[in-house]
Amino acid sequence: MTTADDKRLTSAPPKGSGMDWLYSAKLRGWVSQIVVLLLLLWGLYEIVQNTQANLARLNKHFGFDFLSQSSGFDLSTSLIWYSSSSNYARALLVGFYNTALVAVLGIIFATLLGFTIGVMRLSKNWIVSRFALGYVELVRNVPLLVQIFAWYALVLKPLPGPKQAYTFFNSSLFLSNRGLLLPHPNFADGAWAGLAGLAIAIAGVAIFRRWAARKQAQTGIATPTVVPSIAALILLPALGLLLAGWPLSWDFPELAGFNFRGGMTLVPEFFALFLALVIYTASFIAEIVRSGILAVSHGQTEASQALGLDGNQTLRLVVIPQAMRVIIPPMASQYLNLTKNSSLAVAIGFPDLMYAGGTVNNQSGAAIEVFSIVLVVYLATSLVTATLMNWFNARMKLVER
Amino acid sequence: MTGFVRTEDAPTLPAPADLTGPWAAVRKRLFPTPISSVAGILIAALVFWVVWNLIDWAVIRAVWSAPDRELCNAPGAGACWPFAFAKFHQWMYGFFPMEERWRVNVVYILGVLSMAALLIPSVPGKPWSALFFFVVYPIITFVLFVGGMFGLPFVETTQWGGLMVTLVLSVTSMVVSVPLGILLALGRRSTMPIVSLLSTIFIEVVRGVPLVLVLFMAANMFPLFMPPGVNPDKLLIAIVGMALFASAYMAEIIRGGLQAIPKGQYEGAQAVGLSYWKMMGLIIMPQVIKIVIPSIVNHFISLFKDTSLVTVVGILDLLGMVQTGFNDAKWASAQTGNTGYFVLASIYWMFCFGMSRYSQFIERKLATGTKR
Repeated sequence: MTTADDKRLTSAPPKGSGMDWLYSAKLRGWVSQIVVLLLLLWGLYEIVQNTQANLARLNKHFGFDFLSQSSGFDLSTSLIWYSSSSNYARALLVGFYNTALVAVLGIIFATLLGFTIGVMRLSKNWIVSRFALGYVELVRNVPLLVQIFAWYALVLKPLPGPKQAYTFFNSSLFLSNRGLLLPHPNFADGAWAGLAGLAIAIAGVAIFRRWAARKQAQTGIATPTVVPSIAALILLPALGLLLAGWPLSWDFPELAGFNFRGGMTLVPEFFALFLALVIYTASFIAEIVRSGILAVSHGQTEASQALGLDGNQTLRLVVIPQAMRVIIPPMASQYLNLTKNSSLAVAIGFPDLMYAGGTVNNQSGAAIEVFSIVLVVYLATSLVTATLMNWFNARMKLVER
Repeated sequence: MTGFVRTEDAPTLPAPADLTGPWAAVRKRLFPTPISSVAGILIAALVFWVVWNLIDWAVIRAVWSAPDRELCNAPGAGACWPFAFAKFHQWMYGFFPMEERWRVNVVYILGVLSMAALLIPSVPGKPWSALFFFVVYPIITFVLFVGGMFGLPFVETTQWGGLMVTLVLSVTSMVVSVPLGILLALGRRSTMPIVSLLSTIFIEVVRGVPLVLVLFMAANMFPLFMPPGVNPDKLLIAIVGMALFASAYMAEIIRGGLQAIPKGQYEGAQAVGLSYWKMMGLIIMPQVIKIVIPSIVNHFISLFKDTSLVTVVGILDLLGMVQTGFNDAKWASAQTGNTGYFVLASIYWMFCFGMSRYSQFIERKLATGTKR
């Protein structure tokens, strides 16, 4: 709505009084905006003044040079090389990677679980649909933080110590209160061959799927694509590695004294956070999926049944593609919520970006600088996710005539 | 050639045997297809197993009365209810002085009564109850909780805790977020470029970052922004952080409602000569609020759940208070944590489930209003 026009309509200037300018909507608009701006600038000025005075009193100065100092603390999980002698910037980077890890895995599994529950919610089977309803009502009405603590305390803490750890697969996997220990892959020179194989496989799968779709459009004969695609994605990188002389070795975890050595660790904090995020977000996704499916007109289901598609095909080929258009926008905001909620890691001590930021702040005392960095990173992540989902949404929309 | 025309009804055949009888409905609802039947049986078994274990833990093996942790620590013991009984007052009132707790109770009772007057559609005098709840009630609450006037002893906010703090946080940010959210939404849609830009930046930045970060920033940076020597209250900082956070989300809900109002309503209001604020206050906002009430209730539910995050910045809300109880040497046992989290989750669940039921009720009610 145009506020400027409204005022012109409602307050008639007394003609010829020489005071017309007082009633100019444009002028009023600009004056009020300048007042707002001046108030804001004054507030900012006060804040800067106070902050300078406070920092001077605390013997601190504003600047980002502290980032290159060594951090002096350890982080339990790190996707890149990190030790307590690494600098603060690297600690924040480790945190960012961990946030990304939890967010990506969480989004994948929450989507799978959410879709399953959402479809179950509409099942004709009374037990199945009631169970899904119970799941949704139970899970989404309890705060996520309580769920994280509960998973951490109830399920993961009672695990045995390293000496009594559960072992799987011929002692290559250990589950204990130190977390899940997995073999760590080490890549020597020549690992690029595997990457090259992967790239070829991805390109090949894309071409193959396009060809299959065109063939189906022309002849009506469907070509199975799922199994060949998965096979290509696994076999071609393996072939590449094999040709390069298998430059891959595994670092197995082993028990040494009271703790494990080698391998890679997924700490219990990770599982608590991951489980809670997946279970919590899935309950919201389930409701989105359900309303999306209900939004597809019943005639579509009946028409596809009339064409002889079975229940599974109806759902997969007719209902879900149309429901996707309703589902994607709210789903995007759930993905953003999951990413932001992963910051609750700070409560149980999983070293995500928020935890790393908090610890760096405690060590260096540079609150403004640290939290500005964390803020910018979260904002950028949100913006990138939103952009990606908008792109995906636009792509799905093209399906429409 | 004469055609054949049936002169009497064909005999009615009985329905196929598998569609009648008491078992048909059961079969259709519980065992429609083989895969579905198997899934149903597995799920039923799972639910039965979980519920049985829960009953076993919460009732059969539970410890019902004990002076301290001794019995709860015995192997095979279930829920440690004496812990919950002993700590229950702390979970409700925090460390509020024992002889002053009637003040909290008065606020609770007034809150329930005024909420009922506001939320139950058949109770008359909505504008008055709204005025009471949004203006008078916060003042009464402030006076009773803080004290230091009218002969009431002063109570520091560090003595507040438990459900009391959770409610203070959530109700305050709810009450603040409605007007602030409306202003922000109007600002974002305004044609004044500076106002619109500032509102948009505020809304998008706050919505783009986690609440934990907002709370951390408020707790760590606010004191630096204040004039030297001013030490703002920790709880107050958290309330300000939550309220700003809630306002940004509220603004987007209101904006969605504003967009749903047909242009003719604005033009009609202008045609009868209403000013901008009269048009908004008398014509547009009443319609917007009606549209967005379900979203607002959902927003309140998530806000209520989100108040638990203040635990992270060291404020003893309901979650923080329950966790504090775990460290009490008198009660620390293997089952203390489980019992505490069970009670905690139940309390949160009751509040949120109640609100979501109300949201569905009001949604149905409003839908019948617009049905033609």
